[in-house]
Amino acid sequence: MGAGHAHPLHLDRDSRVHRLAPEVKIVATLLFTIVVVVTPREEFAAFAGYAVLIALVALLARVPAGWLLKRSTIELPFVLLAVVLPVLGHGERVDWLGMSLSVDGLHGAWNIFAKGTLGVLASLLLAATTTMRDLILGLDRLRCPTVITQIMTFMLRYVDVLIDDARRMRIARLSRGYDPRFLWQVKAFAVGVGALFLRSYERGERVYLAMLSRGYAGRMPSPVEATAPAREWALSSALPVAAAGIAVAAAVLA
Amino acid sequence: MTAALSITGLTFAYPDGRQALHGIDLTIAEGERVALLGPNGAGKTTLVLHLNGILHGGEGRVEIAGLPVTPGDRRAITEIRRRVGIVFQDPDDQLFMPTVAEDVAFGPANLGVRGPDLDDRVTEALAAVGMLEHRDQVPQHLSFGQRRRVAVATVLAMRPSLLVLDEPSSNLDPASRRELAEIIRSLPVTVLMVTHDLPYALELCPRSVILDAGRIVADAPTAGLLADRALMAGHRLELPFGFDPATVSRGV
Repeated sequence: MGAGHAHPLHLDRDSRVHRLAPEVKIVATLLFTIVVVVTPREEFAAFAGYAVLIALVALLARVPAGWLLKRSTIELPFVLLAVVLPVLGHGERVDWLGMSLSVDGLHGAWNIFAKGTLGVLASLLLAATTTMRDLILGLDRLRCPTVITQIMTFMLRYVDVLIDDARRMRIARLSRGYDPRFLWQVKAFAVGVGALFLRSYERGERVYLAMLSRGYAGRMPSPVEATAPAREWALSSALPVAAAGIAVAAAVLA
Repeated sequence: MTAALSITGLTFAYPDGRQALHGIDLTIAEGERVALLGPNGAGKTTLVLHLNGILHGGEGRVEIAGLPVTPGDRRAITEIRRRVGIVFQDPDDQLFMPTVAEDVAFGPANLGVRGPDLDDRVTEALAAVGMLEHRDQVPQHLSFGQRRRVAVATVLAMRPSLLVLDEPSSNLDPASRRELAEIIRSLPVTVLMVTHDLPYALELCPRSVILDAGRIVADAPTAGLLADRALMAGHRLELPFGFDPATVSRGV
């Protein structure tokens, strides 16, 4: 992890989009994705419009296209599924390069590919421009249940401590000649995972004691109630509003 | 003047029946710095957890600046936990929030401090340990010594009258150890320091108390205690190689 709760999907830049309050970005991404998903798959022009919108946001956020494309490979398994659909689909068929493809399957594949890619790109842009900490703060301000945001906050703090613990235990195993090459040697690893669990459990108790000592009475102090200015809401609403405009225009013109 | 800490006849047995404290009597005056020494398993941590009412249920009485520790009374126990600041041994246990500033704010926020006052508390506490420029950092990215200093700040932000340090010098490199000593010396609070680091006790605490098997077996000026070889050997306390308390010029 880099500085200030970056995560592997975060791109530390200074841009208008980066500076937006996290809650407005979360809402904008969600609404945009909903518009994309409800758009009928035959509205090809609308999807082209969405792609242009994404490109504009990426430009504004100073996120390079290559960076986005590399990380959007997470989508590949779904794309593979989409490739199979035209071959195995039923109904009316067309011939293309000597292959008989199902029209319905082609539409299905396009549906998965277009909506999936746009959704992944939108999420990647959100992740690239928002740190983990801000994402949690944003969810908190959007009235996400505090139990969930608190668990995420603790995870954010302790995941590195855990990884360090695991790394030290692994080094200690290797230093004693452990050379895991065969399946039956996995036992030491499994025991290590168990030990890690126990350690975390004990740490949980100690953290709780330390929290009690500082006056914790079962309720976390609420984070600072900063509300995003209306200007930021207006700015970020441009994305879903433009997307909805494209969808309506495509439906009317078709 | 009421004592900063007054313990009378404190006993405690763990639920499994093991008796950890056998009648502790201890009084610390305001502004004193006292070292609590003793071998592993002597009951030092058990005693410390009684000071703010986390452990309770035995006989005896604990008072912090005149206010009795009454674990049943929520309001009183909040005030006790404000007055007694415990810095635990592992800073990773103490620092659980994503950023330094948020962690330092946790204690005072629990006391109902909000807004600019809360900011002032955080700034004041971090300045006292020289960590102000790290306020927005992630605890994981600080060095161990820095994390320990932030852990001290997290309790200073509650403006305690009694600061309890559990093994403050453990795992610190010599420079961090000295820096922490300077910070502790600069703080205008009563200090109870649990430690195995006897030179550190000598450096910082004019008075020491030895706890062994749940009893206080000695309570005297630190230099005298450390020089008493029979007493030291009797309670598994050993000075580092080459260290002679008689020849140390005290930096206090």
